[in-house]
Amino acid sequence: MQTDDLIFEREALPPEESKWRVTIRRLFRNRSSIVGLVILTVLTFIAIFAPLLSPYNPVKPLIGKENVKKREGPCIRLLGCPADKPEHYFGIDGNVRDVFSRVLFGARLSLVIGFTTVVFAVIIGTFLGLVSGFMGGWLDNTIMRVLDVLLAFPSLLLAIAIVTVLGPGLINALLAIGIVSIPTYARVTRASVLLIKELDYVSASTALGASDAYLMLRHILPNSLTPLIVQATLGIATAILDAAALSFLGLGAQHPTPEWGLMVGQEYKNVFNAPHLTFFPGIALMLVVLSFNLLGDGLRDALDPRLAQRLKV
Amino acid sequence: MYQYIARRLLLAVPVLLGILFVTFSMARLLPGDPCRAALGERATAKVCDAFMKRYGLDKPIYIQFGIYLRDVLQGDLGISFRQGRSAVEILAERLPTTIELAFSAMLFATVVGIPLGIISAYWHNSPIDVVTMIWANIGVSMPVFVLGLLLEYTFAILFKDTFLWLPPSGRLSSGVTIPHLTATWKLENSSPALIGVLDFVSRLYIFNSLVTGNWKALGDALRHLLLPALAVGTIPLAIVARMTRSSILDVLGLDYIRTARAKGLNMSSVVFKHALRNALLPVVTIIGLSLGGLLSGAVLTETVFNLPGIGRSLFEAITARDYTVVQAFTLVVAVFYVAINLIVDLLYAFLDPRIRLG
Repeated sequence: MQTDDLIFEREALPPEESKWRVTIRRLFRNRSSIVGLVILTVLTFIAIFAPLLSPYNPVKPLIGKENVKKREGPCIRLLGCPADKPEHYFGIDGNVRDVFSRVLFGARLSLVIGFTTVVFAVIIGTFLGLVSGFMGGWLDNTIMRVLDVLLAFPSLLLAIAIVTVLGPGLINALLAIGIVSIPTYARVTRASVLLIKELDYVSASTALGASDAYLMLRHILPNSLTPLIVQATLGIATAILDAAALSFLGLGAQHPTPEWGLMVGQEYKNVFNAPHLTFFPGIALMLVVLSFNLLGDGLRDALDPRLAQRLKV
Repeated sequence: MYQYIARRLLLAVPVLLGILFVTFSMARLLPGDPCRAALGERATAKVCDAFMKRYGLDKPIYIQFGIYLRDVLQGDLGISFRQGRSAVEILAERLPTTIELAFSAMLFATVVGIPLGIISAYWHNSPIDVVTMIWANIGVSMPVFVLGLLLEYTFAILFKDTFLWLPPSGRLSSGVTIPHLTATWKLENSSPALIGVLDFVSRLYIFNSLVTGNWKALGDALRHLLLPALAVGTIPLAIVARMTRSSILDVLGLDYIRTARAKGLNMSSVVFKHALRNALLPVVTIIGLSLGGLLSGAVLTETVFNLPGIGRSLFEAITARDYTVVQAFTLVVAVFYVAINLIVDLLYAFLDPRIRLG
């Protein structure tokens, strides 16, 4: 290659973009993250406008109001539902309620469950990881050994154990799932803190007399966020799955809450004569988990510096 | 190598102690007093005093922990208040079902997942790759219990009266029996320890019917195992396939692969002879780690398919508030999990010299 060409190329380069803009641009180039974002946007829309979108009350039975029977299948006009029957897209559940409305309201709960547990776990986990990685020594050892014990249990099992002690209920289930996922975030944060605290700009700041708290919050934390964001996005998927599993077992959300796991749990014994009661909430669960998994994978690719390097070469 | 093994084993000791502490505190943190939780609300004060004394609950908490440690080390995991039997006995009865389920699910995940990953990596970005990865994404996102129920419905109802029909629940059809190995081999008069072991092994239906040549029962047991194993195995399958794919793709970017290609080797021998050996290292770890998730999946799958395994009985014990059983089962599963992680670590060190020497 000639020298002139090189200079020409360099001049043609656009001005340096901010890291976040690069990330977002890459995110939108990635097929799977687009699919994830689309599903998630639709679900968020449904969650926000559930009261407007759902034709019936998700909790109140329709007994005496309409001519419908318990666990009746879906009835859709376009697919040949007789005109004298009321329309129910997803059918009727065992308590004579409209499943469609319940599934729509379930989106609300599911997203809230995912975000609250992960935010809870991320705050505590990041704090522990930050302190542990920055301080080192006996404090680091103690914190990490305790977290090792938590990691020694399969997550759902530990959550079950915690709920057994706290008593069943949605809040306790969320608390249990939150506690169970703390070690992951603590480890991720600690790993990046260990790398970053050795960097020159941190030493420079120390030499200028910065306090430990300032160093941690101003210099180290913001730069260790990248892996944490990926982990948290994937963590939302796991949290939603675990919460649904606890509700399925009767340890999480309680009747008549329109929670997808609970909806399946209440009706799974009727799967042979009323499969729609398992199918619709089940698919809804799968979609929300899928969207966070796809988004998490896409974010990892977009934020991964190794991949970025490969693209540049 | 021996030094590495010794170090890893020593590191497991504090974790095991921590696990014991957690299961111990579980029983102590329960709301209400343990006596009335065990004997019911109507237990009198006198009965309760005797109960507390008998189980050492009147002693200081650190002595109680010592007693618990001693009991566990002696293989005494307490007595189920609901069933009046020892928790160990219940475990021995229920564990074979779960072992069979976990083993077949893992076998399915590995035998199907690794080739799928290889195919995806070999023809990456081709339609085969895209379709496989879409299914892998759906697979990891599907709740185990929903997948189990959908499989049940598909194979037991939709395929009814066809050759694809599969039984939706239980371990054997009614009428099919698998005799006890002590009876088959006429060992009724041997030592109690041997009978205990045979008792346990007899409940591994696949193994039992295989060694005794009971083909009819074997077929029936396999047909019952197929759907639950598919349900439990799907998530690990998806994880293994994705891991194999990305690991091979990573390795294919390395210099020694370029060298191999430059020597004039064709692509398939580069993939199978050079890349695969190194690419499978992370896959080994991921298979080991999925075993933990598999145990969680077993709780749900055994509930859905009505299988009498430890997951199912753990759930039953929770609903019946049978705390000793919950405690015992949690302990056993956690110890299993630690053991699996340890084995994976050691295997990894064995396969990759950089770890044990580094």
